[in-house]
Order: sequence, then structure tokens, then C-alpha cells
Amino acid sequence: MAIPEDFSVHGAFVLLIFLLFSNNGRNEHVTHTRRLQLKTIPLILISIILGPLGNVFLGKAMKSVGSLSSARTLDLVPIASRVLMSGYIWLGIFCLLVFFTVHMLLLTWADYSYVQPATSLSYVSITMLSYFLLGEVISPLRWLGVTVICFGVFLVGRTSPSTTGAPERA
Amino acid sequence: MLEAVLFFLIVVAGTAGELCVSRAMKSIGEVHEFSPKSILSFVLRSLRLPWMWLGVALMSVGFFSLLAILSFQEVSFVVPVSALSYAAGAFGAKAFLGERISRNRWMGIAVVCLGVTIVWWSKR
Repeated sequence: MAIPEDFSVHGAFVLLIFLLFSNNGRNEHVTHTRRLQLKTIPLILISIILGPLGNVFLGKAMKSVGSLSSARTLDLVPIASRVLMSGYIWLGIFCLLVFFTVHMLLLTWADYSYVQPATSLSYVSITMLSYFLLGEVISPLRWLGVTVICFGVFLVGRTSPSTTGAPERA
Repeated sequence: MLEAVLFFLIVVAGTAGELCVSRAMKSIGEVHEFSPKSILSFVLRSLRLPWMWLGVALMSVGFFSLLAILSFQEVSFVVPVSALSYAAGAFGAKAFLGERISRNRWMGIAVVCLGVTIVWWSKR
């Protein structure tokens, strides 16, 4: 697959995030902002990796039990017990729980409108992780779609986080 | 067809569940303290709200639908398509929570839907 292309897409978004950060640097409270970034950026990176990693593990666990699309209702109990016995499902649930906690933690000090555009990168990382860990073939068309979704999520996050009871700030 | 039903459940039940939880949270009010004791009382208070239970039930339906579809579809297909929940969330928040959605936000949501359409075309 076109790996250099993938990385250039990733690079473009990293650049975008850094532009976002450098904008913040123009604030008066430079040291305060720097200090916040020092704990915010690693946590954002962790949540961008852990959330998708959780989904990849769930996918791995579910692939190992065979397709549910052809299963009958009676088969569901043995399938469910096999899923619960698989280590991957618990690994996935653990990753998603840590991801959720980190996300909540981030939101206690960082603005939602700052965190959400950054986490739109998770659509890039889920695609890369399913390529590297699950061996899924990612067609250029799918990469295009994922990039467009990222951009859309980025746009959604750049709007005002609270609109109830306040005049619209379009 | 089964895919469409499961995606519908992931997106609609998952988002409806989040909206119910959000409604429950709003009725509790903003949390100012983060000591273990106040967090415990916050959790106990939220468990007394019917909206919370409805929300958790709906989110579980969404989660199990996600597991079901992951048993026969690629992760790199399922997760991007479930980004449709941004659109469902906006419609739901407008109708159910009375939130106002700015024009910029609708534009972002339209771009997300375009991306989902492109990913859908890449289905095998």
C-alpha cells in the first residue's frame, strides 16, 4: 500500500495541531500555557492511541469467533462465552476504559473545543493501527474518506462548545 | 442489510444513550469538587435518575451492535462509518436538549457525512 502517502496525511494533521498550539503561545500567560501544554499534549496523544487500540482489540476478539451475520439465535450463547474467554476483548475494554478516563481528565482543565479537534486524529490512528496490527488493506479511497472525516470532526470541534442560553456566535 | 441495521443501532442507540446521560448529568449540575467522597455521591445521585438507566441501556445496545458488526467487517471500515454519530448527535441535541447548532457546526457535520460516504464506497 501507499505508505508514504499515509504518512504525509498524518504529517499534515500533526502540523495542523502544532499550528493550533503555536497560536496559543501568543497568549500573555506564556509560562502557564506552556505548563498546561506539557501535560495536555501527552494525554491527547495517549487518548488518540488508546481509544483506537481498544477498538482494534475488540475487532481482533470478534474476528476470532467467526461471523455473527450467519449465526443463529441458539449459537449466541456459546459465541458469547467464547468472546468473554478471549483475552483480547478484556484488553480492548481495558484500553477503552483508560481512554475514557484520560478523556474525562483532559476535559477537567482543557477546553472541549481544544480537545475535540485534536482527537479527530484518532480516525487516522485507527486506520493505521488496523493496517499494521490487523493487516487490513486500506484502499486510497478509504484513506480519502478517513481524511475527509478528520477534517469534518476538526471543523465541528472548532465551533463554540456551549450554545444553550447564549446568543449564537456563528 | 444486516450491516445497515447494526450501523443504525450503533449510531442511533449509542447517540440516544449519550443524550440521555447528558440530560441526567445536566439535571445534577456542574461538579466542582473531585474528592473521592464527592465523586461517589455524584455517582450514587446519578444512579437514581431514570434518564441515566435509559442512557446506559441504550449505550449497551450500541456497544453490542459494535461487537456484532466487528465480527464480520473490518475495523478500518466500521469505526470511520460510526462517525455518523456526529450528525445523529447534532440532530438529537437540537431536538432533545434544545441546543443550538451553529452554521459552522452544520458545515463540519456535512463534511463528516461526505467522508463517511466515501468510506462506504470503499466497502468490500
